[in-house]
Amino acid sequence: MAILETQELTYVYSPGTPFEKTAVDHVNLKIEAGEMIGVMGHTGSGKSTLIQHFNGLLRPTSGKILLDGEDIWADKKKIRDVRFKVGLVFQYPEYQIFEETVYKDIAFGPKNMGLDDAEIKRRVLETAHDIGLKEELMERSPFELSGGQKRRVAIAGVMAMEPKILILDEPTAGLDPAGRDMILGHIQAYHKRTKNTVLIVSHSMEDIAGFADKILVMNKGSLFCYDDTERVFSRAEEIAEIGLDVPQITKVFIELKKQGLDFGKDVYTMEYAKKLLLRQLSAKEVK
Amino acid sequence: MLRDITIGQYFPGNSLIHRLDPRFKIVITLVYILMLFTGSSVICLSVGALYTIMAVLLSKIPVKMFVKSIRPLMPFLLLTAVLNVLFISGGEVYFKWHFIKITSDGVSMSVFMIIRIVLLIMGSSLLTYTTSPITLTDAIERLLSPLKKIKLPVHELAMMMSIALRFIPTLIEETDKIMSAQKARGAEIDTGSLVVRAKNMVAILVPLFISAFRRADELATAMECRCYSGGNGRTRLRQLKSAGRDYIAIAVTLIFYAAALAVGILTK
Amino acid sequence: MKNIIEIKDLRFSYPAEEGKEPAEVLKGIDLDIKEGEFTAILGHNGSGKSTLAKHMNAILLPTSGKVIVDGIDTADESRLFELRQQAGMVFQNPDNQIVSSVVEEDVAFALENLGVPYEEMRRRVDEALRAVNMYDYRLHSPAQLSGGQKQRIAIAGIIAMEPKCIILDEPTAMLDPRGRKEVMAVIRKMNREKGVTIVLITHYMDEAAQCGRVVVMDKGRIVLDDTPRAVFSHVDKIKKIGLDVPQVTELAWELKKAGYDISSEIITEEECVNAIKKLFEKEQEK
Repeated sequence: MAILETQELTYVYSPGTPFEKTAVDHVNLKIEAGEMIGVMGHTGSGKSTLIQHFNGLLRPTSGKILLDGEDIWADKKKIRDVRFKVGLVFQYPEYQIFEETVYKDIAFGPKNMGLDDAEIKRRVLETAHDIGLKEELMERSPFELSGGQKRRVAIAGVMAMEPKILILDEPTAGLDPAGRDMILGHIQAYHKRTKNTVLIVSHSMEDIAGFADKILVMNKGSLFCYDDTERVFSRAEEIAEIGLDVPQITKVFIELKKQGLDFGKDVYTMEYAKKLLLRQLSAKEVK
Repeated sequence: MLRDITIGQYFPGNSLIHRLDPRFKIVITLVYILMLFTGSSVICLSVGALYTIMAVLLSKIPVKMFVKSIRPLMPFLLLTAVLNVLFISGGEVYFKWHFIKITSDGVSMSVFMIIRIVLLIMGSSLLTYTTSPITLTDAIERLLSPLKKIKLPVHELAMMMSIALRFIPTLIEETDKIMSAQKARGAEIDTGSLVVRAKNMVAILVPLFISAFRRADELATAMECRCYSGGNGRTRLRQLKSAGRDYIAIAVTLIFYAAALAVGILTK
Repeated sequence: MKNIIEIKDLRFSYPAEEGKEPAEVLKGIDLDIKEGEFTAILGHNGSGKSTLAKHMNAILLPTSGKVIVDGIDTADESRLFELRQQAGMVFQNPDNQIVSSVVEEDVAFALENLGVPYEEMRRRVDEALRAVNMYDYRLHSPAQLSGGQKQRIAIAGIIAMEPKCIILDEPTAMLDPRGRKEVMAVIRKMNREKGVTIVLITHYMDEAAQCGRVVVMDKGRIVLDDTPRAVFSHVDKIKKIGLDVPQVTELAWELKKAGYDISSEIITEEECVNAIKKLFEKEQEK
C-alpha cells in the first residue's frame, strides 16, 4: 500500500481576490514506502506548495491527502501528529535555528513530541552522527558554526523526529560542490539506514540523477510526470522544454543519437557514461 | 495568514485622487480631519459625509475596500457607541432600569460619534489607498524639510521610514516561512496553552531578529557601495510638481469646510 | 590593454578573537585584471574569494600589500566615492541590497547620492533598466519580482553609475536555474557591448566556463589562473580542492586516462559530441 497518496489535490492561493492563483491543480499520486524520490520543477511550478500539503502545513482547497490510507484532515486536532510522521525541511533551514546549543536545537522537535529525556538524547546523538556532526559540537552555540554545519544541524532537527517520510526542500541551495556532495551523501546514508521514504526537491537533475529511485516533475501546478528515474530521463528533451536543467552528459548522448551514434540507452550519470563508452569502444576494438 | 493584512495598503490607479500631489493630499487630509472635529452637529457632519462620498467616488476604489478597512475597528466602534449611550443623558428617556438609562441625547451622540469615526477612517484610508507609502514618506520629508533648520533629522527619519516600508513585505514573508518551519517541528503556535505558545514565540522571534540584523548589515554595506552618505547634496528621481488640480482640490476642501462651519452656525 | 585592477602581495586577516591567533584569510595574492576582461574567481566556501572581492571595492582594506583600482589606492579614503563609482559591487542576496520600494527609484539610488541632476539621472536610469531588460517593471515593487529579476535590478543600480568595472560576489548563488541564466546573460552583454570589466565570484563551474579567464582560489591563495579550457583540463587538481569541472570535460579526461586519444581541453557539449564521434570513427578504421 502507498504510504502517501493524494487524490485530486488542488490548492488555490487567495481565492476570491484579484490575486487568485491555482498553485496545485488536481494532482493524483502515490508514494510507496521506502522510496527515494527526486522532486523537480522550476520556481512557481507548485512543487513547494505541493510538499507543504504532505505534512498538513497547507490545507487543500479541494481533494485529499492520505497518509497510510487515512485522510490527514479527517480529524483536524490530529494534524500535529501528521507533522511528526512527515518531516519537512525547508529551504535554507539554517535560518530557523534558535536554541543556545546545537543539542537543544536538534532536540526541539523530539521535545515537542513529548518524548522522555533518554529517548530524546538517543535520537539527537544518533541523527547528529548520521549527518556527520561530531559529538563535541553538541554543546556549542549553533550560531558559531559554519554555514554548512548550521544547515546540517537544522536537517538533523527534523530527522530526529524520526518521521516515516522525510522531505527536504532544496537541501543544497547555495552550497559549494563539496558542501553539496557532503549533504547529499549524508541523506543517502540516512535513507539506507532507516529505510524511510525520502523526497528531495532540487532544481538540478544532476544532483539527484545518481540516486533517486523515482522522479516527480511539476509544471504549472500540474503533475508533469512521476516515474522511475530512467523513464523520466528518456523524456529529457521534453523536460528541457519546460525550462528545467538536464545534465550536460544527457544532452551529449541525445545529440550523439541524433547524429547517428545510438547506444540504445539513456545516459544521465557520469559513471554510466564512462562505463558505456569504454565498453563500446573496446567492443569496437575487438572487431 | 499574515499576508492578508491590508492596513496602509496602496491600490495603484490613475484617478484624479491618485494623481494629486501627495503634499497637497496630506494637507487636505489634515483640513478634512479638522472639519470632522470642529463640526458639532449631525447636519454639520453630513457636509463632511458628502465630501467623503464625493472623494471616494472620484478615487474609483471599490467601496468594499473601505468597508474592509472599517471592519477590524468594529469592536472599538461598538464600545464607543455603548459608552456614549450609557453615559450621556438628556432629552427624552427611552428606557430605564436601575442605573442604566437610555436617552435621546445619548443615542444621537453615539450615532454622531460613530459617523465621525467612520468618516475619519474612510478619509485617511483614502489617503493611503491612493498614495504609495513611499510617495507618502517622500511628501512628508518635503513638507517637513523646513524643520531641518532646527536640526531635526528629517532626511534620516524619512530614509528609515522608506527602508522600513521596503522591508515590511520581506519580513512578513520571512515570518511566515519561519512559522511554517517551526510548525513542521511540532511547535504549537495557533493552538496549545498560553505558556507553550509564548515559549514557541521565542522559536520564531530569535530567528527573525537574527535575520533582520543580518539583512540590516548587508543593506548598510550595499548602500555604502552605492555612495550613500546622508542627505546632503542628494538629488531626487521623484519630482513632485503641483498642478492646477491640486489648488482646485484644496479650494474645494476649504469651501466644504466653510460650508460645514456655516451650517453649524445657522442650525444652532 | 591597461590594468584596471592591480593587486600586489595582498594579505588579509580578520581581527583576532580573544585568546586566538588571527587567521590569515588571504595569503599573498598577486593579480592584475585588464580593462574589458571577463574574469571568474572560482573557489569553494572559505577559499577567500569573497574576501578578495571585498578588497576591490574598499569594503575591506589590506592588512598588508596594495590594491589599486583604476589608478586609485583603495586605502585612500579621500577618493572612496570615486573608487566606488568606478568599481561597482553586486552581492549575493538580491533582497538585501535593494533600498527602495519602487524599482526605478532603487536604480536611481546611487545617482541620487552622487547628486546627479534630474535630466541626466532619468536618462541613465532608463538606460540601465533597458540594459537589464527590466524597463517594463520600472514602477513595480521589488516584492513582486522573482529572484533573478531582483538581482537584475541590483545590477541596473550599479550600471547606472556607469562604472568601468563590476564585481559580482556570487550573484547567482540564491537563484533558480532560470534566474541564473537571466543574470549571466545580462553580465555577458554588459561585457561584450559596453566593454565593462567583469569580475565574477562564483563556485559554479558552468558560469566560470563562460568567462574569458578563470582564477581558482584555495586556502587564501591563487592556485590556477588561465583560460577556462586550460584551467578545467586540471580535472584532478580541481576535484581535489572540492570544485566541479564540466561533465563533458570530466568525460573526456576519463577517456584519455583509459588510453584513448581525445583532447583534455573540452568544455562545450558540441566539442564533446564531435570528439566522441571522431573516436568511434577512428576505432572503426582500425
